[in-house]
Amino acid sequence: MSTATPSAPIVRAIDVCKRFGNFEALKAVSLDVNAGEVVCIIGPSGSGKSTLLRCINQLERMDGGAIWINSELIGYRREGSRLHHLKDREIARQRRSVGMVFQRFNLFPHLTALGNIVEGPVQVLKEPPKQAEERGRALLAQVGLADKERSYPSELSGGQQQRVAIARGLAMRPQLMLFDEPTSALDPELVGDVLSVMKQLAVTGMTMIVVTHELGFARDVADRIVFMDQGEIIETGPARELLSAPGKKRTQDFIAAVRA
Amino acid sequence: MRAPTLSQAMPQASPATEPALDADAYRIAHYTIVPQRHYGRIVAAVLILGALAAIIRAFAVGDIEWRYVGLFLTAPAILAGLVNTIALAVCAMALGIVLGVLFAVMRLSKNPVLSTVAKLYVWLFRAAPALLQLLIWFNLALIFPRIAFPGLFDVRTVDVMTPFVAGLLGLGIQQGAYTSEVVRAGLQSVDQGQYEAAQAIGMTRLRMLRRIVMPQAMRVIVPPVGNEFIGMIKLTSLASVIQYSEMLHAAQTIYYANSRVLELLFVASIWYLIVVSVLSFGQGFVERHFARGVAADRR
Repeated sequence: MSTATPSAPIVRAIDVCKRFGNFEALKAVSLDVNAGEVVCIIGPSGSGKSTLLRCINQLERMDGGAIWINSELIGYRREGSRLHHLKDREIARQRRSVGMVFQRFNLFPHLTALGNIVEGPVQVLKEPPKQAEERGRALLAQVGLADKERSYPSELSGGQQQRVAIARGLAMRPQLMLFDEPTSALDPELVGDVLSVMKQLAVTGMTMIVVTHELGFARDVADRIVFMDQGEIIETGPARELLSAPGKKRTQDFIAAVRA
Repeated sequence: MRAPTLSQAMPQASPATEPALDADAYRIAHYTIVPQRHYGRIVAAVLILGALAAIIRAFAVGDIEWRYVGLFLTAPAILAGLVNTIALAVCAMALGIVLGVLFAVMRLSKNPVLSTVAKLYVWLFRAAPALLQLLIWFNLALIFPRIAFPGLFDVRTVDVMTPFVAGLLGLGIQQGAYTSEVVRAGLQSVDQGQYEAAQAIGMTRLRMLRRIVMPQAMRVIVPPVGNEFIGMIKLTSLASVIQYSEMLHAAQTIYYANSRVLELLFVASIWYLIVVSVLSFGQGFVERHFARGVAADRR
């Protein structure tokens, strides 16, 4: 076991297990993600990619194993050799440092684009509304939607909604951004805008874990690719290497199938 | 007998055999379009108007002194009754909404104690007729002669349990049971993704309910609650049995004295009609408010 060094990973997952009834979604998955790293998780549907992401953000409760974010154990309070489940309030506090972008955007339909972005900073971080709005506008500009601050989600295209959702996540000043198939619900011509916003974000040094089927994006942006199948990490490696010369048969088959 | 094959059953449609229309036949863009005529509607409207006229005539020539209706419409006793009706309905509905939201949130809580208590509440207070609940509250002194909290207060129940208080508790608490089911349906109508997105930005459960879920649930909640509010206006007339001087009670008191029964009942009907109309109008406003972001075409 490595000791905590100054460069401790942002995320350390060890032997994470998750069952849904009799279905084993995650079978002892371990993964480290370092600060500034962009990790893409690929794999067939039902392979546990999204479940892993949702465990990291505590939207699912693990059945076994443990996850540390910034060396803080999540979901539990440790007392001697006992792990106590944390209270709602504590879990909410831990989630603040992690931004999440969903496949189906999940923007708040009763709030404008700017309202969606400032909701977290004002309500959760208790930032002064003026200051939060100023920063919200800057974030909207960053995702290329400076002119849409008064638009409601229903007035925006899927690609625009997803970019607002990214800005909403960034507004919490997270140390880690999670993307759960961010382009899977988009019309093909809108995928590019969202991916380019994510690419810019990667360049700024944001730590990102991206569940995606966009192998091109993974190759260009990811530092590392993790291939999952049937609840296990089959293979992980530098993006170009893993895509061009996958080591395992299952990885080869998957990449061939997606490319076909 | 042999079944006809498809080619036999279908008319032969080969383009070559259809004669092309001549060019003029396609130039119809400037023709006048005649909408479909709805003769049935006209007939129905005439019949209904006729029936209405007959009913109005029956009332006009019947043994009703319309003079009295006008006279008592603004009589102080009736107006006081009207104010009492509105006061009780508004307070009972407010209590009902507060209890309804509280118990709906409890019902959906992960805490089994809270959700069981909420289930029991709905079960109990929906089961008994409103009239019966009013009578029980009004006669509470028979079970609890005094209401006391050591060191804080100690009062005789009959002094506290006025007709208004009994009406408020009786109607408000049973209303809460109904409203909590409406609110529960509203909360459950909000997409699971909204809960997750709110959690993902670090919201606690209560803040999420208040800021994200309730505003969206309101769209589903407002129409039935508006409906129940209207029901409540009329339900207050039950409180006349516990001597609460609401409008019907006032009308009855007057007609016991002057025997103008129908006239006074019409007076009350007119006021109920006015109050309910105002409420329906207000409901439309509230509904539009909570349609923000959903009905983009209305903006």
